[in-house]
Order: sequence, then C-alpha cells, then structure tokens
Amino acid sequence: MMKEMYAAEAQSYDIGSVERIPIGEGRRFRLGAEEIAVFHLRNGEVHAVQAICPHREGPLEDGLTGSGRVVCPLHARAFDLASGEPVGHTCDALRTYPAEVTSAGTIRIYVVQVAESI
Amino acid sequence: MTQKHRLVVIGNGMAGGRLLEEIVARGGREQFELIAFGDEPYGNYNRILLSNVLAKSQDPDEIYLNPLSWYTENGVTLHAGTRVIGMDRRFKRLFHEKGELRYDTLVFATGSSAFVPPILGVRGDDGELKKGVYAFRTLDDCHGIMDSARSARKAVVIGGGLLGLEAARGLQELGVEEVHVVHLMSHLMEAQLDAAGAEMLQGTFEQMGFHVHLEKSTKEILGNGKVTGLRFADGTMLDCDMLVISAGIRPNAEIAARAGLTVNRGIIVGDDLRSPDDKSVYAIGECIEHRGETFGLVAPVWEQARTLAERLTGRNPEAEYRGSLIATKLKVMGIDLSVMGEHTPQPGDEVVRYVEESERIYKKILVRNGKLAGAILLGDTSRGAHLLQLFDRGQELPQRRSELLFPAPHEIGAPTVESLPDDHQVCNCNGVSKAQIVTAVKGGCRSLKSLCDATRAGQGCGSCKAQVEALFEYAADGGAVEDPSIHYYVPGIPLTKPELIDAVRTLGLRSVSSVFKALANGKEDPSSKMGLASLLKTLWGGEYEDERDARFINDRVHGNVQKDGTFSVVPGISGGVTTVHQLRRIADVAEKYEVPMIKITGGQRIDLLGIRKNQLPDVWKDLGMRSGYAYAKSVRTVKTCVGSEFCRFGLGDSTRLGIEMEERFKGLESPGKLKLGVAGCPRNCSEALIKDVGIVAVEGERWEIYVGGAGGAHVRKADLLAVVATHEEVLLLAGRFIQYYREQAKYLERTYSFVPRVGIEKIRAIIVDDSEGIAAELDRALQASVDAYADPWLEAVEPVHPSQFAAAIDA
Repeated sequence: MMKEMYAAEAQSYDIGSVERIPIGEGRRFRLGAEEIAVFHLRNGEVHAVQAICPHREGPLEDGLTGSGRVVCPLHARAFDLASGEPVGHTCDALRTYPAEVTSAGTIRIYVVQVAESI
Repeated sequence: MTQKHRLVVIGNGMAGGRLLEEIVARGGREQFELIAFGDEPYGNYNRILLSNVLAKSQDPDEIYLNPLSWYTENGVTLHAGTRVIGMDRRFKRLFHEKGELRYDTLVFATGSSAFVPPILGVRGDDGELKKGVYAFRTLDDCHGIMDSARSARKAVVIGGGLLGLEAARGLQELGVEEVHVVHLMSHLMEAQLDAAGAEMLQGTFEQMGFHVHLEKSTKEILGNGKVTGLRFADGTMLDCDMLVISAGIRPNAEIAARAGLTVNRGIIVGDDLRSPDDKSVYAIGECIEHRGETFGLVAPVWEQARTLAERLTGRNPEAEYRGSLIATKLKVMGIDLSVMGEHTPQPGDEVVRYVEESERIYKKILVRNGKLAGAILLGDTSRGAHLLQLFDRGQELPQRRSELLFPAPHEIGAPTVESLPDDHQVCNCNGVSKAQIVTAVKGGCRSLKSLCDATRAGQGCGSCKAQVEALFEYAADGGAVEDPSIHYYVPGIPLTKPELIDAVRTLGLRSVSSVFKALANGKEDPSSKMGLASLLKTLWGGEYEDERDARFINDRVHGNVQKDGTFSVVPGISGGVTTVHQLRRIADVAEKYEVPMIKITGGQRIDLLGIRKNQLPDVWKDLGMRSGYAYAKSVRTVKTCVGSEFCRFGLGDSTRLGIEMEERFKGLESPGKLKLGVAGCPRNCSEALIKDVGIVAVEGERWEIYVGGAGGAHVRKADLLAVVATHEEVLLLAGRFIQYYREQAKYLERTYSFVPRVGIEKIRAIIVDDSEGIAAELDRALQASVDAYADPWLEAVEPVHPSQFAAAIDA
C-alpha cells in the first residue's frame, strides 16, 4: 500500500531488521543526505522523524518514547511521532518520513524529495 | 447511529459551568448530548470576583469564565436566560419557560440565592426589594449597587460575614462617605473567626473608617418608597441612603423539592453526589447538602464538579466526594486575612497563638494529632501559602511550632511575591517573569501543574518552585484548584508512592511496561518511565526486570549527554584520591581520542568532555577504571579534604573514611542524586555541611553525621543526625539513612526537601533509635543493593544490544 503511494516520488531505504533497534528505543540513520531518527515502539510500530530537535538541536533518537511520543533528552520537548507535531510547546513540527515493517521483518523508510523552493 | 445519552445540567454558574468544562475535558462530547440551562442571559462568570468588581479592582468583562461561544465550540446547547420550572421524574422530562425536553441524566447546579430576612418594610408593595435596598449576589445586583452608590452619602450593610465586609469595602471604594456594618452576632465573621481574632479585625476595620454595630437585630426598614433608615430591636435607629443585605445564602432547591427529592437545607446527596431518591438525578454546588454541610466557597464546588465528571464519563465510576477542607481569604484591600479549617479547639487540640496589638497582628493555629486542623492569620499572612500546603496535604507539622507562624531566618527580608515588579524573572532557567505567570493564571491555569506546564516556570532546576507556587496562589486569589497528580509518584500513574508500592508488590510487577499495562491501561507515559524504573529497582533489587527503553539516555550508555549530543566520561576516583597510574591513563586516553575538554569537577574528579557515543566502549576499556556515576540519579561522589594524614588541623582520617564510603555506596540508585562529603575537622573544607550526607570529624575522635544539605540551585545547611565514634558506625547509619531515603522519598525529591518534609527528629528516631523497628530491614535491603553492584562500564565488553552505542548508522 505504502509502496504504491510513494514509489513514484520517494526514494525507499531498507535499513535492515527491526531487531536492529531495541524495543522502545530509537537509533539514528543516515539516508542519503538526511539524518533520520527511527523508533521501534513497544506496540510494534516503527516511526521515522528528523533526528535533530528543532528546539536546540538535541539528538531525538536518544529520547524516551511512549504513547506515540518522543521526548528530547536535552530539554524534554515532546513530539508526536506519527504527525511530528509538538506536544505542549510551540517548537516547529518534526519532519516525518513514512516507515513500515516489511513482510521480511525489515524496516523500510521512504524519503520524499522536498523541492528546495516553491 | 445510536442516540447519545442526554445529560442536562440546570444551572450555569460556578458549579454547572465547571461541570461542563470537566466533562468536555474528559472527552464527554463523544458520550453525551450536553444541554445546560442558565437563569442569567450571560455565559458563566466567576462569582467570587464580584467583590473585586464592586471594589473596582476588576472590570465586569474580566470575570467571565466562558463566553457564549465556548458552548457552541464545545458542542454544549446552552439555554441562557431560560428558567426551568419543573420536572417529571417518572417520564424523565424537564419543563422550562419555553417548552419541555427529555433527559437521561439530570444534574442540579442551581446554586443559591441571597437570603433576605423577612424584615418589616424590606420589600415594596410589588414584592420586590424596596428602592435603595440590594442583595449582593449577582452581576445585576452589583450593577444596581454601583449605580446607587453614586448618589449615596451613607450606606448600611446588614451582615458582617465575609461577603458583607467585602461589600462594605466596595461601597467605600465607590465613594460612599459613611459605611456602617450591622451584624446580628457578637462578633464579625463568626463562621471563620474566633472572638479574639474578630475583635482585632473589627479594630482594623474601624480604623479604616467603617462603623461596626454588633448584636443588632433589624426590625424594620424605614422609608416610604425608598429606604431612609433602619430600626433595631433595642429601639435604636440608623438612617441611611442605601442598604445592602448580605445575610447569607439559601440553596435553590425548590424544583427538586417539588419533584419529590429529599431536601433539607439543600438537596440531599450522598458521596456519589446523587439523590438517594432517583438514580438519574445528581446535584452539585451551593444547592446541595452533603453530610449535613452546605457550601458557599468555590473550592469544594469545583471539587464536586471534578468528582462528578469522573463518575459520569466513566473515567472513575467509583469517584466519591467526601467533603472538602475549607480555606479562604478576605478580599478587602488594606486587610490581610487568611483562614483555613476550624477556629475553635476540640478537647485535646493544641492551640498556638501570637498576638501583637500595636501592629494588629493575630495568628492562631490549631494542631490535632500532629496535623494542622485550622489557622487564622490576620495582619500578616506571609505564612499563609506554607500553612495552606500543610493543611491541604495533611502533612506532619514541624516540632517547633514557631516555624509555622514566622518565616525562617533565611526567608526574612526576602521580598513577598506581591511586591515584586511585573518584569521580575521568577524562573531563571526558562526565563519566566512574574507578569507571564500572573497572565497565565488569569488566563485559565487553575492548578499549579497546568501553570508550570503552560509557562515552563519551575521546570528547569526547580529552585524557584516555592516562589512560583506563592505567585500562583496570589494570582489565583482563592480560585486555585489542586491537581491530584501532584500527589502521584509519577504523572502517568494515578497513585501516590505508598499506593504504587503496594500495587507493585501485590501484583508482582517487575518491569516498567508491566506497570503501565496493569495500572495505566497500557498507556506509556514517557515522562514516568525513569521514576518507575528507579522505584522498581529499589523494590526488587536483583529480581527487577530491566527494560533499557525505560532508562534515560544517560543510563543507557552510562555517560552524561551534552548539548551537542556527545557524552562526558568521569571515571570513579574514590574520595578524590588518585594515583600516578590513574592520571597517566586518563592523560593517554585524552590524547588518543583528542578529547576536546578535560575538566576538574566540583566532586574532585576528572571529566573528559565531548566523547561520541560510539567511542564510549573503547574509552572505558583504555581507561581501565570504573564508572564514576556522574550522570545517574544515584550516589555520585564522596568529596573529602586532606584530613589527619597531612593537614595540621586534621582531627579525623577523612580521606580514608571517604574512600570507604564511596566504595560501599557507589552507584546506588536513589530518587535523586546523592552527593556525599567528609571533612577532617569543623573547618569543613570539603563542604560536608551542604552535602546530602556529610561527615565532619570533631575533637574527641568523633564523627558528626549530617543529612539533607544542599549547595546547588538550592542551598541548605544539613541537619545533624548523630555523633558516633567509628568508621563502621558512620557507614552503618549513613547507609541506613540512604536506604530510608531510597524507599520513602518521591522521585526527584532531593534530601534537602525530603529531610525537612519528614522532620529530622523523626528521621533520627527511625535511623538512630530504631523507633519503628525497621532498622534491620533497612540494613539488609541496603546490603542487598551493595552486593548487587556491577560496574556499568563492563558493558564495553558485553553490550546489552549490538547497537547500544551506535552513532548515526549509514543505511
């Protein structure tokens, strides 16, 4: 499903088994020019968002997760992982990347190229 | 689609409006079709602020809680200005001026009316109050009084209660030259004050130009068509141009009574806030009578609204209202009066009183079973916020009662929150000013927690919390509500620490995820994880099921995360005593990894800053030293001075004792970090007096053990726990204290809060004298934790996961 939606305009990356990321934690991946934090939540979902916190550039992959959120380890700013929206503060939303677990148990991430200017 | 359950609320005041808000906040729109009736043609307004409107300190516009648009936006159908006439309980129908409608559940929030005693001449021929006579209850009353006061020279207020005095002050503020207060009882504000306090208040009041007449029963309101004066039972008269009657309130319970519901003074409800006669009918607010009490203050009413919302929405179908602790303030400019609880002692109560006639200061507290049962603070309310907290939370009081009445020496001269300029920065971490805090409270933050969440005040180092709280109470002006979550151990689990420990033990919950599953419907609150992990590890020791995602990043990779995402590495150097060998290895590592900064720390160690996550295992291996725990909520370091070995003043071997302590206690998890220190003489070079646990050698080959000190964001001199002779005794008692703190303190509660909260006398009794018979168990639990110690830096060789220390991974 996702594949069809994004195949045309997105570059997809298979970043290996979901087991690479311990349950409930995140890791940072470098996909092309993008630094992306990928999370493997306790409910089995995977999410991919920009790795750098928009507040003061904290490493989001090192944040605590729960209830679909990540909390930046530097100043405790929380973000919704699915939408990227800030929770309880006014920082910019995170860029999110479609992510899924494939039938082979690997994580696939789609990076849609964003035009430099409109 | 099935029809939604129809919930109808009669009354849109402080109770009804608040109930709707609480229901909407709990997602009640999905469950209910919400309908409300309001007598007045406005949205709801904050009735407790009417006195401010009268005293011109607030505009009428400012006291609205929800504008009419709030109701539309939140899917509530409001019939404003529509009176409810009656109901038919059998067919669940409600009749109002414009028709009728069906309900599934009905809530009475009809409030109360001003009580107008049936005095001769109080009403005109039309049955309305005589011209120039006003009740003081609604915004319309307020407008009437303000109009009339423009041309009045002399006004009388009947009723010397809280509201009557506020009305009197309002009249004076409106320019009425002569204001008299006529009171039936022998002293003012008898509901809140004892005779001595009331006498002092009366003096202050008279000094401000008011005339007070006590024990006066009004028999007739004089005047033909318009009030001209009063005649009393003793035959005396008092002339006036206007009269305000503030003689108490009466619950509005007529509709309920006519419908056959049990009504005494108010509509009778049980702890479930339901009428015992009809399971579809509830009632809250000033219209009810609960356990024989009726209500006239806002806090209990809001508590009822919250309880009922919990029940109706099914958030907590068992929620019960068991009565409220009552506290209030007199909002009269020029008079500081704060009262809480009871004012008349019961047999066995301890009464503490302070009277200063010349300054018109009167303070009285009632102590029952070691807790605050009531307080009156007149003329100096500087301890009000502190007492209110002790009162609300039912906390144990300090042994020295004077601490309750007067500020501690270090607090004297500190500016009160009221006197601070608006642009004063209160929270220095997040840059929050007094004005921002006050604006947030006026804008709807009614609990301390919602205020802190909205402004981030107090969410940095936390040292401003007391000031934020004081400012909150000042700005909320009696409208504050307590957020129950402040009592929770962690925000995501609605249990206090003892309740949580009980549940964890009973259900055998050994992992953080199992706690969320069992006690929070599976909802994993990220901000609760660390606190739970800390508690479970303390409770279960070796049986704890460690889930790494419940740890903060520092505890996953055993370093302190820095602003650029790198980590600091601080090897353990027990007691701050090092060797050539250690120094050489540290130097070699710093050179090999091109460490950007090498820093001597305040805890007498060496910090290597700027290490990348994936370098950590190699750095540790090359160091060949144990972790110094400079990142964890645990025992950090033991700072020492040179001591008797070299220092010419040294009385005890502080370095050796410091090393022994650090070797024994290293890495012990605790609710907050623990910084230890040992001084070889009272000169205190190692700052032992401001440590969580500090040891000081004194003459006579003895060691003083201090606890609860702080020298960080908060500064506090530690309290003396005991004086002992040997190192073994120091290790025993210090260890026992640490274990007691680990088990009893709230998460992130440092010893400088914990020790004064519990009280050093009680702690000494438990730790030194074993007053509760738990010393052996504390010692055993501590020993088990000591035995379970493993250096986390060994994970350099055996990581818990292949990607534990991974930096950015190239796909």
